Amino acid sequence: MADPASDTPTSGISPRVVVDGPELARSLARMAHQILEANRGADDLVLLGIPTRGVFLARRLAALIADIEGRPVRIGELDITMYRDDLRANPTRSVGRTAIPGRIDDAVVVLVDDVLFSGRTITAAIDALRDLGRPRAVRLAVLVDRGHRELPIAADHVGRTIQTAADERVQVRLSELDGDDAVTIGRTGGKR
Amino acid sequence: MRHLLSASDLDLASATSILDVAEEMQQVQSRPVKKLPALRGRTVVNIFFEDSTRTRTSFEIAGKWLSADTINVSAKGSSVSKGESLRDTMLTLDAMGVDAFVIRHPSSGAAHQVAGWVQAKVINAGDGQHEHPTQALLDAYSMRHHFRSIGSDGFAGKKIAIVGDLLHSRVVRSNVLLQRTLGGRVVLVAPPTLLPTGVETWGCPVTGDFDAALAEADIVMMLRVQRERMAGGFFPSEREYAEGYGLTEARLAAMKPGAAICHPGPMNRGVEISSAAADAANSLVLDQVAAGVAVRMSVLYHLLGSDEGAKQ
Repeated sequence: MADPASDTPTSGISPRVVVDGPELARSLARMAHQILEANRGADDLVLLGIPTRGVFLARRLAALIADIEGRPVRIGELDITMYRDDLRANPTRSVGRTAIPGRIDDAVVVLVDDVLFSGRTITAAIDALRDLGRPRAVRLAVLVDRGHRELPIAADHVGRTIQTAADERVQVRLSELDGDDAVTIGRTGGKR
Repeated sequence: MRHLLSASDLDLASATSILDVAEEMQQVQSRPVKKLPALRGRTVVNIFFEDSTRTRTSFEIAGKWLSADTINVSAKGSSVSKGESLRDTMLTLDAMGVDAFVIRHPSSGAAHQVAGWVQAKVINAGDGQHEHPTQALLDAYSMRHHFRSIGSDGFAGKKIAIVGDLLHSRVVRSNVLLQRTLGGRVVLVAPPTLLPTGVETWGCPVTGDFDAALAEADIVMMLRVQRERMAGGFFPSEREYAEGYGLTEARLAAMKPGAAICHPGPMNRGVEISSAAADAANSLVLDQVAAGVAVRMSVLYHLLGSDEGAKQ
């Protein structure tokens, strides 16, 4: 999950664009096809976006899937704040929205996030899902896999794999929030 | 946040944050597993020196749903009944490594005093006739829900009439303080015998004319006539009180369109509130009870969720 507090660049060097708008759109289109292919259609499919940017990516994927299949796919939001393993170490965090579309028992849940880094967000998401029901399968779709995993987590559907140094900052920009679509890398240190 | 002792401890940002997080907490009630791991490993002691059903139970549930270990201590059956002082009791429990105390005590200022003695965080769950901040928060939560349901947002300019036994009420003071922060305009309505001393310094209009206040109010909050605290002589009879200051069926009909009724409970039906009003479609009484757990979860989360707050 992108931390809203870290969204403003702190260094004087402006971040470098590694994926531009059209490329980002093509990656998402490919991911939508891959999700459908892996699931053999849209049956029982539930897309759950992880706030903040995962929610918007899930919406876009859902729209693409609906276009391909000709019918809507279930979509929701899964906030993982309360499940974070670093909750205590940080100042009190505000809690995002969780909206689950009906029951997820026996559904195929696809978690959608913007950047896969340490894997801690996804671990927390899996913990959160366990309290919400028992999906038949849980898959992970991320726009960017930047490596440096700290936990045994792998994505099923990846938009772009980007080689990064651990102290670089990968940021996904989405037009809904940031005015344009892009993936950037900055040398600002810190997490993301 | 170090403690929650008074509604005046909350600035607009923290009060709004508590209400917002409570919205998310309320969803937990409809989930198959009513449990969030946020306070795993924290210990919350509910220590009640006064009877309570809803406050104690909702704090206990709130702690449990956040995975804290909650322990209830009541004055009866504890060392308090053997004559141990409040200070010794609290220091004893504090020494066991408690993270937070939720305390109710018949003496005004008790929670404040305890906060000066213990390492743990302290939440005031009612101190005498002084304050009950989590009640004011859940009142605000229910009101905000109601305002949103009729298509308006925010407390600014909303008129909130608080009616009845202001003298013995801790709910009223916390509501006045919280609404000062949130922007609601509180009007106090009570017979002269049930006005607390110093009410003129609270900064809200005070009137004995319920009907005039009723015609303008967006929220009518009825307070319980606290018979157990009255040695008598505050009003001639319950019937006369109901006529002057009860939310009767006639007054229910005279309420402004879109106005709603609150009552912190427990209700004396037929005294301060008629059954018709208590069960009316615009009565928020049961919403308030349902909000109690969510708001208290949010308060516990804000106090105990982060170690950084503890260092302050």
